[in-house]
Amino acid sequence: MKYMFIMRATDEAVQASKDIPFEQIINQMGAYNESMINAGVMIGGEGLADVSEGSGLVVDFAEDPPLVTDGPYGETHELFNGFWIVQVGSREEAAEWASRAPLGPGSKLEVRRVNEASDFADFADNEYIRKEELWRQEEESLKAENK
Amino acid sequence: MDSAAAVRGRLDALWRIEGARIVAALARVTGDVGLAEDAAQDAVAEALVSWSGTGIPRNPGAWISAVAKRRAIDRWRRAERLQDRYEMLARRAQDEAAPEWDPLPDDVLRLLFTACHPVLSTEAQIALTLRVVGSLSTAEIARLFLVPAATVQQRIVRARKTLAAARVPFEPPEPNEWTPRLRGVLHVIYLMFTEGYAATTGENWTRPELANEALRIGRILTGLVPRVPEAHALVALMEFSASRFAARSGPGGAPVLLADQDRTRWDRVQIQRGVAGLARADELSRELGRPRGSYALQAAIAQCHATAARAELTDWPRIVLLYETLGRLSPGPVVDLNRAVAVSMATGPEAALAIVDRLAAEGALHGSHLLPSVRAELLARLGRTEEARAEFSVAAGLAGNRREREVLERRAAAP
Repeated sequence: MKYMFIMRATDEAVQASKDIPFEQIINQMGAYNESMINAGVMIGGEGLADVSEGSGLVVDFAEDPPLVTDGPYGETHELFNGFWIVQVGSREEAAEWASRAPLGPGSKLEVRRVNEASDFADFADNEYIRKEELWRQEEESLKAENK
Repeated sequence: MDSAAAVRGRLDALWRIEGARIVAALARVTGDVGLAEDAAQDAVAEALVSWSGTGIPRNPGAWISAVAKRRAIDRWRRAERLQDRYEMLARRAQDEAAPEWDPLPDDVLRLLFTACHPVLSTEAQIALTLRVVGSLSTAEIARLFLVPAATVQQRIVRARKTLAAARVPFEPPEPNEWTPRLRGVLHVIYLMFTEGYAATTGENWTRPELANEALRIGRILTGLVPRVPEAHALVALMEFSASRFAARSGPGGAPVLLADQDRTRWDRVQIQRGVAGLARADELSRELGRPRGSYALQAAIAQCHATAARAELTDWPRIVLLYETLGRLSPGPVVDLNRAVAVSMATGPEAALAIVDRLAAEGALHGSHLLPSVRAELLARLGRTEEARAEFSVAAGLAGNRREREVLERRAAAP
């Protein structure tokens, strides 16, 4: 099973992190990522750029066409600022890895299971039946051609 | 104060993360994988009792390591192997400099080499690897292989006795032994994966959990030997193959063949990892002045499929070429059979049937459903319906996996 660790930090935590030498943060994160890569569980992850740079946008679907603005980001002053994707054997194992992340007060990791094929069984069913029908039609037309 | 269930869950997770390193460090100190494993299990049992009462310690991995070391000494005392004990204590004294809970990852590599030692049967190598490197319980391994837990337990006990009888040292292989031994380790991981990818027996067509365990151990290995191209190539091959799991089974678990799979359900992240892994393998091979090995060629074939957005966009001529190269490098009837399938797609069923008939005449793959099922498919495409029907029946009779058998029976009824 796969889990996404969603990193959320309060504005205060983001401010506080600016007092720590950036190289130190990079080294700690690097060591953490390396430990998960070497254990064969980390399969993806990215850090998101600071929004104060005006680097991002928000697309709001409240209107048609959707409204594109520079912020506001998030509703609770908890900014989503990075993620990891890990492949592990259990929820407990995901929790164990998540709790080893080098984060301080004001930061939170949300651990969310990534949907798998089995979560869409009904959907797969319909799709499959549709495909099967299509395939049968093709078969029939081929047989007709070969007669 | 934690509930026993919570402690159990936490302990299982910890064991998967730390188990291999704890056992490996103990094995280095005691020189005995069996003893190391028993002592570690003692410590886990002790943790379960102790932590349920006092709560989980701040550094649980170090706690288990320390207790396991004490239990190892107890076991030696009981065995009264004094000479061995002195040696162990001497080794321990040298060892004190290193922090106990952070043994060198090299210990895990030694463990992997020991578990895949050629004195062991393939079955034993797989069981022991999953047990000591994958940190799976006997019950979990039994579930993955659909055999009784007692059978797995026996395999592991016998494997340990064999290692002891052969006096296999817990050391990395000699330089001249290194390459063949590493090939053995890769092969064990490969076999583990293929059994999960297309189960030879049982009810289910695939066992993704087993394949994912093999993938995890493969990824651990690339971390341990980052400059070995074959390790990266094997992991790339597994990533490409595993990317199709969601699409390989239809409703009710029936197999869906490659051409019929819904490619939007392939795992793009995994495909990208495969592409990156194969590129890394190729880069390392170039640096070493070596050609692509068999895992890299298989990964390249898998990449051709993975990067074709629709089945009809598959570059079959290139796949034929890759199979020809693979056939020269590691000849075998399975490669020839796969080449025949590729030829049938690239040029047509007649040319492919010639290859398959030659294989059949040689008596290759006798007793397996693979050859008759491919032959039946080709006959059906050539309009030789009655022969196809008979051949599908033969294949259905030989298939060990229920899901595959059902598909073949259906084809026999309506080729």
